[in-house]
Amino acid sequence: MVTVPDTQPAPLRRDRSGGVLGGVCAGLGRRLGVDPLILRVGFVIAACVGGAGAIGYAICWALLPAARDAGTRGTLLARTVGRRESWMVASGLVLLMLAALLLFRAWGVWVGDAVVWPLVLATGGGALIWRQSQGPAVVTPPPPAGGDDRHAGAGARPRRLLRLARPSLGIVALGAALIVGAALVFLWLNGALVPDRDVTLAVLVVVTAMTLILAPWWLRLARGLTEERAERIRTQERAELAAHLHDSVLQTLALMQKRAEDPREVAALARRQERELRSWLNAGSRREPGASLAAALEAAVAEIEDAHGVPVELVAVGDRRLDERAEALVAATREAVLNAVKFAPEALISVYAEVQGDRAEVFVRDRGPGFDLAAIPPDRRGLRESVLGRMQRHGGHAEIHTRPGEGTEVELVMG
Amino acid sequence: MAALPRVVLVDDHGLFRAGVRAELDGLVDVIGDAGTVGDAIECIVAGQPDVVLLDVQMPEGGGVEVIRAVTPRRPAVRFLALSVSDAPDDVISIIRAGARGYVTKTISGPELAEAVLRVAAGDAVFSPRLAGFVLDAFAGQEGQAPVVADPELDQLTTREREVLRHIARGYLYKEIALRLGISAKTVEAHVSAVLRKLQLSNRHELSRWAVQRGWTQ
Repeated sequence: MVTVPDTQPAPLRRDRSGGVLGGVCAGLGRRLGVDPLILRVGFVIAACVGGAGAIGYAICWALLPAARDAGTRGTLLARTVGRRESWMVASGLVLLMLAALLLFRAWGVWVGDAVVWPLVLATGGGALIWRQSQGPAVVTPPPPAGGDDRHAGAGARPRRLLRLARPSLGIVALGAALIVGAALVFLWLNGALVPDRDVTLAVLVVVTAMTLILAPWWLRLARGLTEERAERIRTQERAELAAHLHDSVLQTLALMQKRAEDPREVAALARRQERELRSWLNAGSRREPGASLAAALEAAVAEIEDAHGVPVELVAVGDRRLDERAEALVAATREAVLNAVKFAPEALISVYAEVQGDRAEVFVRDRGPGFDLAAIPPDRRGLRESVLGRMQRHGGHAEIHTRPGEGTEVELVMG
Repeated sequence: MAALPRVVLVDDHGLFRAGVRAELDGLVDVIGDAGTVGDAIECIVAGQPDVVLLDVQMPEGGGVEVIRAVTPRRPAVRFLALSVSDAPDDVISIIRAGARGYVTKTISGPELAEAVLRVAAGDAVFSPRLAGFVLDAFAGQEGQAPVVADPELDQLTTREREVLRHIARGYLYKEIALRLGISAKTVEAHVSAVLRKLQLSNRHELSRWAVQRGWTQ
């Protein structure tokens, strides 16, 4: 069984089930790991001092899509006003707009009735249309096999298609009418409807109005495409996994069937495949071979396992850079493990490495027959030279603990 | 021990369940097995086994979910994790959820039976790899004054560390007792104390692993 680790942070979405107004603070809070209350207070303060908070909130509300998983509850506002959400929001925005304009007038910045009233009208209409299109982007699932009759005709359509969340046409039409009306009022008040007046201004205003009406759908489509792309990436990952399993695991299984009469060989094959699969699954978290002591030990142990078909269990705690002395330690470990493989081929071999600060220790233990240390002839180079001698030359030391019948443990200390 | 411990086997691979059943035959009393989280919870609550052999990775929440659902209703049931996974976050999470130990699926039948007996008796079972993970998680950055919320829970004593290092080196409990000049019971007490710290500590590294697996208090 394979789990692809999901390390990506949750996407930034409005959290409608936990929200009060539009779920912006709840969504931001969830993403940032901050209590939404703090954000809410921040927005309110920013709104009271200069109004930037209200504008920022409105922009966030318009641009952030709603979270998909929490559509059933709705924000506090939506729960309070029920289905009339769009109306409430529109009138709220109109009021906000009026408030802002009054604020501007109080500051002495008054652009004149010819601009203000069309603007207020357009805000209301725009809010109606935008609210209609701000529901969660819907990707329709394929119709259930043998489902009810209403879906029977849908089977012929593409498997996944984007669909608006059933906007009520009346509201959209009204919104559009408000915006167009605002545009006309603006033109009329500025005298642009008289034929010989500035045609450019008329065109500009019409284009602006059309953009306001159509932009929400366009935005929505773009969002749907993003979700489709995510789906495509998932499919690609699955295909890559299948290819890998085919190249490695199935090949090994075939080999194992051919070598079924040799249990040792089969066990070695299985172990090598296991190691390969693990390193593939943990790609990324695995250390670069050659970069650190633990990685070098891992590589050395793997090589011995492959060459001799003996399981060696490596446990490493801590790590350090692979300098000259660490390399000597790895080489000595290698020799000690090879020695264990040679003299205790049927026994479990454990390698334990621990790094603490500058000090690195490695224990190589087998449960083999053990031997009498004093009885080793002095001309045997294996342990004496390649393990003890090597450690001493690099400023470390090595000890061998063994007695006949009790297995052997080689202790290597560096630092 | 008067009677064989009663065991329920939980793993989503039927072939593996059959294999373990055959290996444990006569060594413990396997009273049931289950292949899904839901079946497992039902089977354990109804059968009230002494020990549950629990796979870590299963669909619908895995072993952690089984422990979480069963423990409030059957607090006497003990869990031993049996997994192919060697990822530290898998292992640490299942231990923190309440498992009394962790062994890998390559363990031999008699060794597994011994581990079950030990868990049934209330002891903890640490494989060399688990011991390594725990040492790593509790590794004190000496000289750097680690931020320790609760020194009693967040650090290992010298003796506990010594016992864990021997487990990681591949020694059995009785060999450790012999080498350290203490009784086997004392070794077990040390391991149980480590297990308790592992489950209760709020140490950053441990909490991080729990969060990664979507498991928090």
